[in-house]
Amino acid sequence: MSARLAKQKGEWINRSTAVKFSFEGKEFSGFEGDSITSALWASGEQVIGRSFKYHRPRGILSFANHDVNIMLTDGMDTNIRGDVVPVRNGMALEAVNTDGGVKKDKNRFIDSISPLLPVGFYYKAFHTPRKLFPFWENIIRKAAGLGVVNFNYPRILKRKKHRHCDVLVIGAGASGLSAAYEAGKSGLRVMLVDENLQIGGSLGFDWGGTQEAANLLKDLLAKVESLPNVEVIAAAYAAGYYPDHLIPVVTADGMIKVRANAVIMASGAFEQPPVFRNNDIPGVMLGSAAQRLLHRYSVKPFSNGVVFTANDYGYRVAQDLLEAGIKVAAVVDLRSDAKDGPLAAQLARRGVKTISGSCIYEVQPNAGKTGVKSVTVAEYDEKLNEALTRSKVTIDCDGVAMCAGWAPAANLLYQAGTAMRYDYGVHQFVPNKLPAGIFAAGRVNGVYALEQKVQDGARAASLALRHIGLGTPELSSVSPSNTAQSHEYPVVPHPKGKNFVDFDEDIQVKDFINAAKEGFDNIELMKRFTTVGMGPSQGKHSNMNAIRILARVRGVPVEQIGTTTSRPFFHPTPIGHLGGRGFHPHRLTPLHDMNHKLGAVFTDVGAWKRAAYYQVPGLSLADTVLAEVEAVRTKAGIIDSSSFGKIEVHGPDAALFLERFFTGSYSVQPVGSSRYTMLLDESGVVIDDGLAHRLADDLFYLSSGTSNAAAVYREMQRWQQMWQLDIGLVNVTGSYAAINIAGPLARQVLSGLVNVSLDESAMPAQSICEAEIAGVPVRLIRVVFVSDTTYELHIPTPQAAFVWERVMGAGHALGLKPFGTDAQRLLRLEMGHAMPGIDTDGLTNPYEIGADHALSLDKPDFIGKRSLQIIAKRPLKKILVAFALDAGYAGEMPFECNLVIRDGEIEGRVTSIAYSRTVGRVIGFAYVAPDHSALESRFQIRADSGALVSATVVSSHFIAMQK
Amino acid sequence: MPLRLLKYALSKDYPGTRFFKAHETPKKSYDVVIIGGGGHGLAAAYYLAKEHGITNVAVLEKGYIGGGNTGRNTTIVRSNYLTPEGVKFYDASVKIYEGLSEELDLNLFYSTRGHFTLAHTESAMRTMRWRAEVNKHVGVESYVVGPDEISKACPQLDMSCSGQAPILGALYHAPGSVARHDGVAWGYARGADQLGVEIFQNTEVLGIDVKAGKVVGVNTNKGYIATSKVLSAVAGFTPRICEMVDLDTPIVIHPLQACVTEPMKPWLDTILVSGSLHVYVSQSSRGELVMGSSLDPYEVHSTRSTLDFVEGLTSHMLDMFPFLSNIKVVRQWAGMADMTPDFAPIMGKTPIEGFYLDAGWGTWGFKATPISGKTMAETIARDHAPDLIHSFRLSRFEDYELTGEKGAASVGH
Repeated sequence: MSARLAKQKGEWINRSTAVKFSFEGKEFSGFEGDSITSALWASGEQVIGRSFKYHRPRGILSFANHDVNIMLTDGMDTNIRGDVVPVRNGMALEAVNTDGGVKKDKNRFIDSISPLLPVGFYYKAFHTPRKLFPFWENIIRKAAGLGVVNFNYPRILKRKKHRHCDVLVIGAGASGLSAAYEAGKSGLRVMLVDENLQIGGSLGFDWGGTQEAANLLKDLLAKVESLPNVEVIAAAYAAGYYPDHLIPVVTADGMIKVRANAVIMASGAFEQPPVFRNNDIPGVMLGSAAQRLLHRYSVKPFSNGVVFTANDYGYRVAQDLLEAGIKVAAVVDLRSDAKDGPLAAQLARRGVKTISGSCIYEVQPNAGKTGVKSVTVAEYDEKLNEALTRSKVTIDCDGVAMCAGWAPAANLLYQAGTAMRYDYGVHQFVPNKLPAGIFAAGRVNGVYALEQKVQDGARAASLALRHIGLGTPELSSVSPSNTAQSHEYPVVPHPKGKNFVDFDEDIQVKDFINAAKEGFDNIELMKRFTTVGMGPSQGKHSNMNAIRILARVRGVPVEQIGTTTSRPFFHPTPIGHLGGRGFHPHRLTPLHDMNHKLGAVFTDVGAWKRAAYYQVPGLSLADTVLAEVEAVRTKAGIIDSSSFGKIEVHGPDAALFLERFFTGSYSVQPVGSSRYTMLLDESGVVIDDGLAHRLADDLFYLSSGTSNAAAVYREMQRWQQMWQLDIGLVNVTGSYAAINIAGPLARQVLSGLVNVSLDESAMPAQSICEAEIAGVPVRLIRVVFVSDTTYELHIPTPQAAFVWERVMGAGHALGLKPFGTDAQRLLRLEMGHAMPGIDTDGLTNPYEIGADHALSLDKPDFIGKRSLQIIAKRPLKKILVAFALDAGYAGEMPFECNLVIRDGEIEGRVTSIAYSRTVGRVIGFAYVAPDHSALESRFQIRADSGALVSATVVSSHFIAMQK
Repeated sequence: MPLRLLKYALSKDYPGTRFFKAHETPKKSYDVVIIGGGGHGLAAAYYLAKEHGITNVAVLEKGYIGGGNTGRNTTIVRSNYLTPEGVKFYDASVKIYEGLSEELDLNLFYSTRGHFTLAHTESAMRTMRWRAEVNKHVGVESYVVGPDEISKACPQLDMSCSGQAPILGALYHAPGSVARHDGVAWGYARGADQLGVEIFQNTEVLGIDVKAGKVVGVNTNKGYIATSKVLSAVAGFTPRICEMVDLDTPIVIHPLQACVTEPMKPWLDTILVSGSLHVYVSQSSRGELVMGSSLDPYEVHSTRSTLDFVEGLTSHMLDMFPFLSNIKVVRQWAGMADMTPDFAPIMGKTPIEGFYLDAGWGTWGFKATPISGKTMAETIARDHAPDLIHSFRLSRFEDYELTGEKGAASVGH
């Protein structure tokens, strides 16, 4: 049976385009522009979902994404909000969280055993005996949850845009449109956003039987559209408020991060359900939901309805129903003085009876609880907040429109830090003290009448402009509506319960009373214990009633209860929107392509991609690395070290800066020489090491390892902030490529290329000079990291590839081979260099790694000196030693981080270990107790299997052990 | 359906009683005053009463119980730490947790899921091996596993992390669990209350009265309370409380944020942590994905949320689980983490006689709730800290004897 009305003015549907889809296996048809729910409702489907806990049949409640009665899946997507998601051709929809379909959900029996499931029941059982808990947990986990996740859903890349504006207006109803227009007249940049597919807010559906609202909307829209500086974005919700007026606005295709000078919240109000038995039966819906169905989609909410109201708004809903040709069986008004008012009289003239001072005591569902059969109306005692059941009447009907009041959509106001107060005039929380640059207008501000909403928007705009610095005259404030828009306690007790407050979580009135009885009588504790407001709609339709009930239970005024903290997001926001495209910056060296051509396999080192080794067809990884090492030991190797940190310190205080920053001595370092640098933190822990090359009296060129480079530079800047020395710091890591040529033939490789002498006397170890290779100026450094004869070239980045090719060409005949970081680690180990980060941990001090020689303790001060002086007086607990396994050892190979064990207890651990073909032994570094640190000491390593492997402490210059 | 639920169905009057009494005004004096009604403070009160017979105890809570970091953490319980001292301590906590629902007769939904710390780099693999070796040595079930075993436990995980950070292996920790955090606070509150402890909500400490180096009382918004023993268990508010007794600690406060998705049917059975991608995630018994990330990099005494956090976290979640694009984040929040230089807590006595400190819980406090309560209760009752928490003493910072747990922090900080 179709519930579709004839064409209505302003409807959102396009009747010329039909949309075919299926729901629970049955074919349906709607129109383009329909939401899933409106299309189904138009086709007579009213059971569209099942409730979370009791699996009760559910239909429309708010029809505005303020509840999740209707959550669907199309096999692709998981939790689709049917009320607000447009229906598309070919959709095959099902309700989520049913067992066997929405009609015959096998879990519907849970409703009848609900007395066994009191509030927080899962805290009270299932844990004894302990071994049965996993059994129960499995059942409970499966029963909970909503939709089933589709593991094949594609990763969707959503765009993020950044926008700035002078005034951001959130909500495009009467007050928001008015605010945007008044602000826009100034010529400033104004953005107006609204979550609905079309602009207008309640002007688009709350008509009260007249054309006044529709005409006002037309008028305001025309005004706003006349201003080119006002940008209007529909179908866009403000997802949250973040400090300094940062507001992410979420649209279907991405997120706009708006930074505004001033924000006007004209976000309106959420209609709140009155609470009575069976207020969740399909066909019982909010008055605003009925109006949305009528005016947006031209769908009858029901054919013969009762309006249950506690405010004047209910009469507007009744008028709209009548205008659409729907029978209104009665208006039931909680207020005792309603019957004699003009609104009741207007309705009486159209033949509708008003029953005032009364409530719906309960809804009688039809058989199967799939719809409304009738309602029982009883007198309501507003003092006792009880239905007087001695005088019940039954009214046949097939639906109920509920109009008990509103709660402000103040989520973002709260997030911005607004202090709210409870206004006893409108019976609603309204802003009391707004943060700077934040303004509120319209219903969220307690203002309801049409004309006043327009004025309130203009007033907020004038304040926003003044905040920005324009001399706009301040408009006088608009008094909140003079009649209560919300009932102070629209709750009807019923001994049999099922009077729902939170529809997401199936929470009834008694659940609150019982929770309070158990001591959860603070609103935050009550939220956590009952889970009110913790469902996907985050309390939009339930928090206000929860507060009202708790206030009654405790016998205190509403404002003493307070509200729970509002947190982002306003609507649940997709991970794809928040995550956006994904951003994984990594750095490639200027020689990346060269390495790639040579067969490099890359590894991540910090943000850099470095060559780990160069693949040789037919050679295993281990043999590849050993061959690269062998080339360096017997001929020459070349490595791309461009990722090394490179920092220039220049200025009159450059040497002083280094003296304070590092542990060593630099003031008398000769120009042209290199010195070791060690950086500690204030507690004396080794952070990093590297080299300081002096290029001039007032210029040091620092190089350090790859992974710490950024952190070291940051530390330098931090200390310089405090020291304020006469220096400049320049991070030139990216400006220079670096390559090392190492091995006995390294000098031969380079000698024909450079314009300087490489003789031992001219270019000894630890020296630096400026040179040229084929006309390219380079910094040439003699280092000893991987072999005794190593030259490091620092080349301006644009010329790096050119120089690399020249060096490779010159070395070809000499057997020059590229080597990667794997070989480098073994080479440095053979040379006996411990590496911070590998051979140290977050607590290692220099004494523990035998680096006393790097400490110039006679300097006035350096970072960590004070701590070192204290540490030096304390006995060492562990010492890093070089060790070797016995010659010819062929047992289980220990790994790095295997423990050193003594008498069954942890003595230390292995930090580096590898087989060295050069030395012919397994060599490494390990922490041992000080009394195990002398040369020739023996200690034991526990391998993965638990076997103990003996090791001997040796001199760290492993290379000297060569046979 | 368990029989114990029958009484709710059969009783005319709801058979529930208050978890803890609604005390309004404190007495003039108590043997012990505990500042902070979170899990730690309430657990300490419970064990003081239960194991040491000290029941004349007041717990003072500025807001509502469990409203601080107890109710803000991502509820992961584990003991796969790096130092032997840390592993032993957290292991003792896990052991209590395993029987805590029964002991408190409140179902804490203590759910042992197994915990994977994913390693995407060689250096991360080294740390995993180190932790595994120390754990094994102390008798805790942790070992390094390869990609196959991770895939088997969580087939939905993209092992290449969208090609951005291929997973090389993981530290698997069998006892890794999640629990209902609020329940832990409520259970200890009820247990303590039943033994005579008095719990005061909305009660703020304004000052601590110290005479001649000894605690003699506390000033509150509800009047002066005389006492010779005060325990501070206030996490992010530790600097403020310590200022009242003129005590310096190396604690700095960083915000730690988390967020949660809407519920979905169970699919993620394990607890996953990725240091490189700065993500930890588990699925709650309600079906929500509970997700956290690194600390905010700056010191702020605030629980505000940032967009930055949730953008970064969700981006990395998509690297791990690309199919979550249209799953929605419902809510984000923040707590104030009291960080120490060595990532280990500060527990025990202080230079002020009668002032006991339970602090420095950074990002690792929830898992230690039972054992911290137990050991702090013993410290207060005997005025001597048990050996189990010797490594966590405040004086270790002066003595240069830190307990380095940075390598065991779940994600990079």
